[in-house]
This record gives sequence, structure tokens and C-alpha cells, in this order.
Amino acid sequence: MARMKFLCDADRCIECNACVTACKNEHEVPWGINRRRVVTLNDGKPGERSISMACMHCTDAPCAAVCPVNCFYTTADAVVLHSKDLCIGCGYCFYACPFGAPQYPKVGNFGSRGKMDKCTYCAGGPEADHSKEEYEKYGANRLAEGKLPLCAEMCSTKSLLAGDGDVIAQIYKERVAKRGYGSGAWGWQTAYRENIAT
Amino acid sequence: MAKLITWVRFIAGALALAFIVAVATPASAQQINPTASAVKEQQLLQTLSKIDGRGSIPDVKSYTLEHPAGRTWRDWHEVTLRWLGAIVILGAILLLVIFYLVRGPVRIEGGRSGIKIVRFTPFERFIHWMTAACFIVQAISGLNITFGRSLLLPLLGPEAFTTWSEAAKYAHNFLSFPFTIGVVMIFFMWVAGNIPNKVDAEWVKRGGGIVGNDHPPAYRFNAGQKTIFWVQVLGGTAMVVSGYLLIFPFYGTDVANMQLAEIVHAAIAMFYIAAMIGHIYIGSLGMEGAFEGMGEGTVDLAWAKQHHRLWVEDQNARVGANDSQSQVRAAATPAE
Repeated sequence: MARMKFLCDADRCIECNACVTACKNEHEVPWGINRRRVVTLNDGKPGERSISMACMHCTDAPCAAVCPVNCFYTTADAVVLHSKDLCIGCGYCFYACPFGAPQYPKVGNFGSRGKMDKCTYCAGGPEADHSKEEYEKYGANRLAEGKLPLCAEMCSTKSLLAGDGDVIAQIYKERVAKRGYGSGAWGWQTAYRENIAT
Repeated sequence: MAKLITWVRFIAGALALAFIVAVATPASAQQINPTASAVKEQQLLQTLSKIDGRGSIPDVKSYTLEHPAGRTWRDWHEVTLRWLGAIVILGAILLLVIFYLVRGPVRIEGGRSGIKIVRFTPFERFIHWMTAACFIVQAISGLNITFGRSLLLPLLGPEAFTTWSEAAKYAHNFLSFPFTIGVVMIFFMWVAGNIPNKVDAEWVKRGGGIVGNDHPPAYRFNAGQKTIFWVQVLGGTAMVVSGYLLIFPFYGTDVANMQLAEIVHAAIAMFYIAAMIGHIYIGSLGMEGAFEGMGEGTVDLAWAKQHHRLWVEDQNARVGANDSQSQVRAAATPAE
């Protein structure tokens, strides 16, 4: 079985935010929730790098470990998903996530959190595939159609890669070898406990 | 003329060949490395605890690219805190059970006198019970966050457990307001009587009437009660401050501070709950005649003389020897 991962090639990302827009549009993500975002390091200085970041679907996901109601599950493709019906909006998954992926709508006074929302790898949720309930809660389910996440598909420079971990690692290694430079697979050590030797 | 054309063609061909050779080996021709001035992830993680950049959306939290300390916090919450809580709370309960079985409750020696004196005013009792009720609900809902998943979820099933946990979360958060009022009022009501002094040192040395059979004197609050008072005020304040940071998330704190707030809140909670279990024990099972002080407001005179002799003497001195009798009898006939 494939082990799905994301890899953002920081040397190719031009901060166009096509990935952000594609995700927002495809899943009709509400105002204030940002499943995917682009972070720019050393903005304006030599060595400026941009990286597109959403849920990395970690091995041994810390969000799943700390959830007080155990609302997370990992699919056979190693995609980390959760159930909004079981979520109580406590916020602990955000504290545990090294990438800040979980997002919460503001539903009440002060800091009251609603049900957690995050990148689903375009794989929907526990409801039946392609059902109306699934779309309303989690967004489109592209993985069930055999398609890859839309953010990676829409990337203008093909810096954001999504797919089986071995395949995208190989693509990245070839890229780095061909062009002679690469700042590494950002987030891979933290998420998957592995590095890509370049 | 032909020689000139031949010579020009030769030169042009040589130039073309040289050009092709030059273009065909771009890798060897230029060795610019754009990543030379860029930083690698591991370098940043070694020097900083989190990697921050800039983004283009209003959510400032999203500008943090990576914060690996989330993993450390996860280990704290899933492993360390559970062990800490289990050992501290179950240990306290176990010690109390053993203590009760071995020593038994503290009896009123010589039996009750039948005469009652006022120990706590209705206002004091109201504040105490309001705080206590909030504490019970908050302790249970708080422990649910740490232990509910392993203890209750298998019994209730996911949907019922979520319904219970969600209700518990709201109760926990909203009861924080009356609980805070309680902590503050308890401080102001009783701080004057809870300043430690020499009498307390003597009381502790002589076993406090609970270890052994001595009857050391005490004022209105003995050293054990003063300990609970300060645990309540200091621990309660820590709980309240860390708790408000948690229910107003990111109002001036970043994710590292939120993690710290949770660590403080949860760690202190375990000790605080254990201390309160001890307090509840001594106020109910552990001592005959203690509960009615807070339950009805009055206590038996024999109990008061046995445990708070100096307080009784103070009361008599203040009221006057003749008046104390009528005062005492008035309190003995309940208005309700």
C-alpha cells in the first residue's frame, strides 16, 4: 500500500499561494480556517525560501495521541483523519502538532473553539465517500476517486509534491542531483522520522 | 576571392564549433549554488525552538512553520502527567484508607455536651460550598481530559463519551468564574485566622491530635487547616491564572506559552485534588463532629474545646462570661 506524504521543494516555491487557493476552493473552507498556508523565511533577504505547509499526516501522529476523545484515525494510506462528530473542540491537537495544522472556528464567547478542521489529504472523513454529509464537513474526497490532493496538482512550479512517500522522495532526489542544490525535505524529520539524503 | 570565402567559412565554422562546445557543457561552465545563502531546516531547529517566517494571512499563528516542542508536550501529557496523576491521587486515597482502618476517626472524647456554638457564619458557609461544588465538578471534568479516554471511553462508547466530554468541557469552563470568586473570597474571609504562628509549630510537634492521643491547643484554625487554606489559595490561584490563559487561547500567548499553561494547570491540579481529598476526608469521615461546622454552622462545645480550645476561650472572653450562656443557647435553637 502507498504511504502518502507531502514534500514541498523550498527552492522552487514562489509563494504564489495557488495551493492555498485550490484547497480553499475545492473544500469550501470557511472564513478564518486555513488548512494550507505558505510561510516565507528570510523574506526579502538573500536565501529567502517559501514553504507550503498543511497537515503532514505524520507517522505516530501527536494530534491523535493527545486527543481526549480519541477522534482521530489513520487510513490504510497513512492519511491522518478525524471525526468532527466526536471532536469536542478542546484544542489539544493544536498544542501537540509541530506544524500548526489543526484549525478551529470561533463559535462562542472568548476563545470557544468549534470542531477542529484540518487538511484531509483530500480524503474526506468517516462518512460515506462522496456523500453530502462528508462534503459539508470535510470537503471533497479526491483520494476515493484515485486522484491526488488538489494543492499539489495546482502547484504552479511543481514544488509541492504529494503522493506515495517513496515516489516523491525519488523525484526530489533526482531534482536535487540534476540542478545541484536542495535545502532538504522540510518537515520530514519531524513528521516521518526520516531524511532524504541529498 | 575563393580563398577569402574559404577562409571566412573556416573561421565561422571554428566559431560555431566553439560556441556549441561552450553551450553544451553548462554544468561545468557555471557553478552557482542558490542554496548557498539559504538555511537548512536542521540548522534552524538546532538554534531555535521554533521556525517562524512571514505569511500573507491575518492568522499570525500560521506564520510558525514548525514547532517540534509539540512532541515533547505530547509525551508530557500522555505519559508523565498520567503517571503523576495516578500516583498522587490514588496514593492519597490509599493512604487515607489505610489511615482510617488503622487509626479510625477522631472521636469527641467524653461524648457530646449537647451545647452548640457558632463556628461559621452563613456567608462563610455559602462561599465554601459554592467553591467546593465548583471544585468537584471541575476536578471530575478535568480528570476526564487526562484519564477519560482510557477509563470511560471503553465503557460509554465514542458518541456517549463525546456528549459527556463536551458537556464536561463547558461546565469546567463556565464554573471557573464562580470558582474564582470563591478563591478570592476565601482568601479575604479567612486570611487573618490562617497566619502561621508558634502555636501551630507546637501543634504539629505534638501530632495535632491525629497522630497519637495528645490534645494540643489551637486557635480557630489549626496547622492542618492552615495548610489546606494556603494550598487552596495558592494552588487555586495558579489553577485560575493558568486556566484563564487556556480558555482565552492566544490572547497574548503563543503556542509555547499555551503548552506551559497546560502543564502548570494539569500538574498543580493533581496535587490540589489530592490535598482536597484529604480535606474532604477529615471534614467528613475522619473526625466526629467536624462536618456540622460547615454544614450547619454550629459545633458541639465539647468538640470545640477538644480541638480549638484557644478559640473557645477567645469567644468566651469576647462575649463575656454571663452573656456566653444565652448566646450559646440561642444558637442551639435553630431558626429554620
